[in-house]
Amino acid sequence: MKRRDYLKNIGLSSLGMAVVSQEAVAMELLQGPKPKPKAAKATTPAVPKYNYGRTEDEIARDAKLLAEKFFNDHEMKTITVLADIIIPADEHSGSASQSGVPAFIEFIVKDQPTFKTPMRGGLRWMDSASIKRFGKTFILCSKTEQISLVDEIAYPNQAKPEVSQGVNFFSLMRNLTASGFYSSEMGHHDIGYVGNKPNNWEGVPEEVLKQYGLSYDS
Amino acid sequence: MLDFQIKEQSTVYDVVIIGSGAGGGMAAYELTKAGAKVCVLEAGQYYDPADPKYITQLKSPWESPRRGASSTRAFGDFDAAYGGWDIEGEPYTRKDGTKFDWFRSRMLGGRTNHWGRISLRFGPDDFKRKSIDGLGEDWPIGYDDVKPYYDYVDKLIGVFGTNEGRRNDPDGYFLPPPKPRLHELMLKKSATNIGIPVIPSRLSILTKPINKDRGQCFYCSQCNRACQAYADFSSSSVLMIPAMKTGNCTLITNAMAREVLTDPTTGLATGVSYVDTRTMTEKVVKGKIVILAASAGETARLLLNSKSARFPNGLANSSGIVGRYINDSTGASRSAIIPALFDRKRYNEDGVGGMHVYTPWWGDNKKLDFPRGYHIEYGGGMGMPAYGFGWGIEGINEKFPTREGIKKAAGGYGASLKEDYRRFYGAYIGMAGRGEPIPDYNNYCEIDPTVVDKFGIPVLRFHYNWSDYEIKQAKHMQETFEQLITEMGGTPLGKKPDASTNYGLADPGRIIHEVGTVRMGKDPKTSVLNSNCQAHDVKNLFVADAAPFVSQGDKNATWTILALSARTSEFIINEKKKGNL
Repeated sequence: MKRRDYLKNIGLSSLGMAVVSQEAVAMELLQGPKPKPKAAKATTPAVPKYNYGRTEDEIARDAKLLAEKFFNDHEMKTITVLADIIIPADEHSGSASQSGVPAFIEFIVKDQPTFKTPMRGGLRWMDSASIKRFGKTFILCSKTEQISLVDEIAYPNQAKPEVSQGVNFFSLMRNLTASGFYSSEMGHHDIGYVGNKPNNWEGVPEEVLKQYGLSYDS
Repeated sequence: MLDFQIKEQSTVYDVVIIGSGAGGGMAAYELTKAGAKVCVLEAGQYYDPADPKYITQLKSPWESPRRGASSTRAFGDFDAAYGGWDIEGEPYTRKDGTKFDWFRSRMLGGRTNHWGRISLRFGPDDFKRKSIDGLGEDWPIGYDDVKPYYDYVDKLIGVFGTNEGRRNDPDGYFLPPPKPRLHELMLKKSATNIGIPVIPSRLSILTKPINKDRGQCFYCSQCNRACQAYADFSSSSVLMIPAMKTGNCTLITNAMAREVLTDPTTGLATGVSYVDTRTMTEKVVKGKIVILAASAGETARLLLNSKSARFPNGLANSSGIVGRYINDSTGASRSAIIPALFDRKRYNEDGVGGMHVYTPWWGDNKKLDFPRGYHIEYGGGMGMPAYGFGWGIEGINEKFPTREGIKKAAGGYGASLKEDYRRFYGAYIGMAGRGEPIPDYNNYCEIDPTVVDKFGIPVLRFHYNWSDYEIKQAKHMQETFEQLITEMGGTPLGKKPDASTNYGLADPGRIIHEVGTVRMGKDPKTSVLNSNCQAHDVKNLFVADAAPFVSQGDKNATWTILALSARTSEFIINEKKKGNL
C-alpha cells in the first residue's frame, strides 16, 4: 500500500494524526480505519449530529435555535414542493427534500433572521398568486398548475413586471435550495467533490494537463 | 457580581507577556527556552488545534446545521477564529464618519489559528521607503538587521516556497512548494504572456516534516481551521504549547488586560492588572519586564489606558505618537468565470490551505501614478461546496450556452438547473490585491472619551481615511485583474469597480493587517520604541506585535512580527545578562 492509500482510508472521525510521525499514522491505519458513517440513503434525510468544535456561546445559541420552530406545517410543505421543483431527483442524485433541504431552510431563517420575512411573505405570495389563478393554495394545485406558476417567476429576465416580487422570492428559494442541497452529502456526490480527506497532492493528473495543453515543465 | 477586591499574586515573574498570538507566542517561546519565568495573559479561552473538542478540520458542511454559514464566525462555521469584527460586549467606535473595522480573536494563539499562512519577508526596500519615494518614514533598522531572524523563523517554524533571486522578495530556507493547481497553471501562463510574474507561494505549511512534534501536511486545504497535525503555523500549537512544556511558562487565559502598572518613583513597569473574565474579578500579575503583544490595536489601547501622574498621556507616550500611523493593507478583488474550465474532470484538488502560486509586486512606481506596490493572491478550483454554493446562478447561467450550444434563460429550475451547477463547478477564479498604504499621522486610534466595554475598560475610537495613493493603487489592481482575466479567456463577474467605490478598495481593517500604532524610530519625539522595540520612556517595557512597524510593505505582517519578536527576545536576554535590565 502506498502512503496515499493509507491516507485515503482515514475516516472523518480519525483524530489520531495529531502530533505523531507518519509511521505512527500508518501503523494506526493498518490496525484498521474507523468505520466511516454510512452515506445517507436517498430516501431519508441525514440526521446530523451537531458536534463541530463549538464554543460554549455557540453551543447555547445552536441549542436555542434548534428548539425553536418558525415555519408552520403548511409552510414546510410548500417549501418542500418548491425545493423539489428546483432540485428534483435525476439520474445523478436525489431531490432537495431527500437531501434534507427543508430542515436546513427552517434552521437558516432562524440563524439569519433577515430571511424570515422574505421567506414567510414569499410563501404567502405563492399561495395568493395560486389562489388567483387556480382557486387553491400552491400545494393543492396539480403539478401542471404548479409548474405554470413557477414558469412565470423562474426566469428573471423574461418575467412580467407584475410578478417581480414572486421572481425575487423564487431566486431566494433557488439559492437557499442549492445551498442546502450542495452542502449535503448527496450534493457533494452529485457535484463530484472528492476532497475533505487526508491525501497527497501530486499535481494535476496527466490526462487533464494534456487536455488543456499545459505541463509542469514549461 | 463584580468583585472589587483586587487580587494580587505574590509571584514576581521575570517577564509578563500580554497576548499569545504570533508576537507573544514567539517571545514566550524564546524566553522560556532561555530559562526565564514567564507569565502570558490571554484575553480569550484556551485552544489547541489537536484537541477534539475544538476541532473543525475535516468536518463536512452537513455536520453544522447552518452548513458552514458565517452567522457566528466571520469566515464561516469551521474557521478557527473565536471573535471577529464584532464581539459582544467589546465595542469600538469611529470618529468623524470615517471607517475602520477591527478584527479580534479571543483564544490562545489569537489570529494565527485561522490566518492565510502567507509568510513573506520584507525586502531591503520595505525598510527604507522614505529614502526611495520621500513618503512616510524609514525604519531605524534595515533588512540586514532582521535577516538572521527571518532565517531563524524559516527553520524553526517552516515555510514552503522557492528561491527566486528577487531582490525585494528575499530568498529564504524553503520547504518544497506544492505543484500548482489547474487554474493556477492557466493563470501563470496568461500572466507570463503579459509580463506579470507568478511564482510559488510562500506559506508556513509543512510539506515535509521538520521535527517530531509536528506532522506533515495532508492536503485538506483547511489551514484556516487550524491543523490538528500541527502541520501549519499557529502560535497555539507551534509556540505556546511548546513554551508551556518547558515548565517556565504560566498561561492565564480569560485574562483581559486593563492597564500596565508602573512604579511612580522609578517609572518602570511592575506588572499588569487584568479582569478575570470568567469570574469578573480584578487581578494583578507582577513582572520585572512587560512585553505587549496584544495586537496593534490592543497594545495602543493598553498604553493609552495606562495613565498615571508620571505618565498623564498614557504609558510610554511622551511623544504623543501612540495610536498614530495605524495602517492596514490595501485590498481589492475581482472574480471571473473561465469557460475553458466548464464540465471539467473531477479529482481531489484541495491542495494546501491557500493558493499554490502568487504574484509578487512587479511594477516600477517611477512609471506609475501611485507609490508602493501590491501582491496578488489567487483563488479558485474544485473546493468543498458549503453554504452559499451556487448563490446567484440567476446572474450567470444565461451568459454561457450549453455544450450543445443552447442558450438558456437566466434562472430556471429542475434537472437543467442541476446541469448548470455541475457545469460551472470549479470554473470560477478570484484574485485579490494586497498592497502597501502610506502611513499617515492623521490615521489613528485613541481612547473614546465616553465608551467603555463590558469590563469597564475605555475602548478605542478609530479615525482613518484612505488617500489618493491607496485609491490609485486599487484602480491599478482592477486594471490588472481585467487584463489577466481577459488574457485567460475569462468573463469578469459583476461590474468593474470604479471611482464611485474607490475601485473596490476595502474599508480599512477589513484586510486584518493593521500595524504601526506604536512605531519604532531613532527619535523619541517621533516614535515610541527604539530599534529593539523597547519603549524610549520605560526601559523594561517592550512591544512584540505589529504595533512597532514603521510601514508594512506589500507583504503580510506575520513573518516580520515573528522575526522582530525573536530579535527583541534575544535583546532582552542579552541585556539581562549584561545587567542592564
